[in-house]
Amino acid sequence: MKKTVFLTLLIAVVYALHQDFWNWNKAEPLLFGFMPIGLAYHAAYSFAAAALMWVFVKFAWPAHLETVEPYRQDNKVEVKR
Amino acid sequence: MIPALVVFAYLAVILYIGIFAFRKGKATGEDYFVASRSLGPYVFLLSLFGTNMTAFAILGSSGLAYQRGIGVYGLMASASGIVIPLCIFFIGTRLWALGKRFGHMTQVQFFRDRWECSFIGTVLFALTAAMLVPYIIIGMMGGGHTLETLTTVKDAAGNPVMMEVLRNGQTVLEPKHWISFELGSAIVALVVMSYVFFGGMRGTAWVNAFQTVMFLTFGTLAFVLIAKNLGGFDHIVERLAANPKTEGLLTRARISPQEFFSYTFIPLSAIMFPHIAIMCMTAEKVTAFKKTVIFYPLCIAAIWLPSVFLGLVAADQFPGLKPGESDDVILRLLTANTGVVVAGFLGAAIMACVMATDSQILALCTMFTKDIVSYYAGAKRFSETTVVWTGRGFVVAITVVAYLIALALEDKAGIFELAIRFAFSGFAALAPVMLAALFWKRSTKWGALASALWVTATMAGSWYLYEMSVGMAPKPGQPLVQIFPALGDLFLRSPGNVLVYGYLPVMPMVLGSAFVMILVSLVTKPPGRATLEKYFPNREGRQASALSAPVSRPVINTPRTDTR
Repeated sequence: MKKTVFLTLLIAVVYALHQDFWNWNKAEPLLFGFMPIGLAYHAAYSFAAAALMWVFVKFAWPAHLETVEPYRQDNKVEVKR
Repeated sequence: MIPALVVFAYLAVILYIGIFAFRKGKATGEDYFVASRSLGPYVFLLSLFGTNMTAFAILGSSGLAYQRGIGVYGLMASASGIVIPLCIFFIGTRLWALGKRFGHMTQVQFFRDRWECSFIGTVLFALTAAMLVPYIIIGMMGGGHTLETLTTVKDAAGNPVMMEVLRNGQTVLEPKHWISFELGSAIVALVVMSYVFFGGMRGTAWVNAFQTVMFLTFGTLAFVLIAKNLGGFDHIVERLAANPKTEGLLTRARISPQEFFSYTFIPLSAIMFPHIAIMCMTAEKVTAFKKTVIFYPLCIAAIWLPSVFLGLVAADQFPGLKPGESDDVILRLLTANTGVVVAGFLGAAIMACVMATDSQILALCTMFTKDIVSYYAGAKRFSETTVVWTGRGFVVAITVVAYLIALALEDKAGIFELAIRFAFSGFAALAPVMLAALFWKRSTKWGALASALWVTATMAGSWYLYEMSVGMAPKPGQPLVQIFPALGDLFLRSPGNVLVYGYLPVMPMVLGSAFVMILVSLVTKPPGRATLEKYFPNREGRQASALSAPVSRPVINTPRTDTR
């Protein structure tokens, strides 16, 4: 339960960080001398999104789906051989 | 002529990929429509990403950044980079499991079985098919126009050779082309039809994977070569910042916070696109999704970041272009600054038009075959071979019809482009239907129907408001206009959109769709117990479900005979 709450909050925080209103009218500082801060922030945000997905894969992976087998009408489970 | 030859070489390569996939294939419906659910993690990642990338990602994003600045990246790319992987993680994996467990190949097959409905499934089929068709037509037109442009006849000075053409009863001068729009569209249609016809999903997936690799390679190469030729970007950004007309491009001054926020709803459409949902069912193992969701945001960044930034560079190099004229700024930059990659990049551009069409045609043919023919005529009546040839027949029929429409309505391309814009919102607004089907036991077919009707009505309403307010649209930089002054700021008109209290219509569409889904489901009868237990068998001792995790450890590999 704690994990679910934490991961839900994590999504909410990362989603909220997309709305970087503090960079709205700012061009500087320029990253590497040419990339406006608003663009650099969202480039970094893409990496944060990848990191978020890594966290989900690591800690919230739906492992029960790995054992899904074709359904049979009589509701019997097929045996792996 | 060299770029055209490069394009033909590309077309030959993807045709070969399709034929090669055909030789690897089996004569079963599952193999033709979902590649026997056998794609490995890397092909799955590249093909899923490639399927979702369109020409807009490279050409359109630069053109839009030219007009609206760096905010385009946050508006479209980084928002997609978070929302789409989350959708694939939570919804795509479940769709894969449903396909594996129950043999579903389309969204409608799942909806029908999950909600015990027939006609409502057909309504959902009709809605999604209708929203998908404009994409195919536009893809066909884009391919024809690109080939036409690439084969423009030029004189010794490099200027286009003009010729007299009869248009609407009047003689006008137009550039002469080696390949006309009609022939170009026919070539593109024939190539796409051929590899989809023979290769099915396997051919389409391989071609998309090839395209993605090509995009990433050419994109990076183009960025580096342009930077080198211009002597770096520092002084360009300084010039843009010093000019009052362009300084806003380095910030988000040309995008409102409401628009920026509501745009995050648009990527919800990805998982409701039939071609993406079907693609989710092609992975061999669910673990293939792991790499896909992690690398998806990085792939988006790799393609969009250079494209958006080059839009800024173009604003410095080619100032004063109007919307529409700025769509090809990346091609102008390449022509002006590189000699080596330009031909290859033009090839990639036409492939961008082509590659989105292939998976859409295949998705539509899968839907027609499974959701209409097999469903209404009875799946057991057909052999596997018949199913495959029915699918191939639809591939030919859909391609020919799309080609004929592209020819007949070439001058009406704007209508289809507009349809695509509204279809994006429509697909996004259908996401609550999928979420309810997957995760909410109490959801009903009537709730799904109510959502579908809401989506249809709001799309039609948005389109009507857009058309009726064209005359009052403000120019860029001017304040928003109230469409009905008596209603205050409820409906506003911006230069390019209708807004609801300043937000894009997609936001109320998605929220409204979720609301009616919940409301109508709560007052209508849920599916029978047997169906619910089939999809949500969460009591102890039940086998692992395709949707919900079992309460206790799954006993999937233990033979059981009892059902309770």
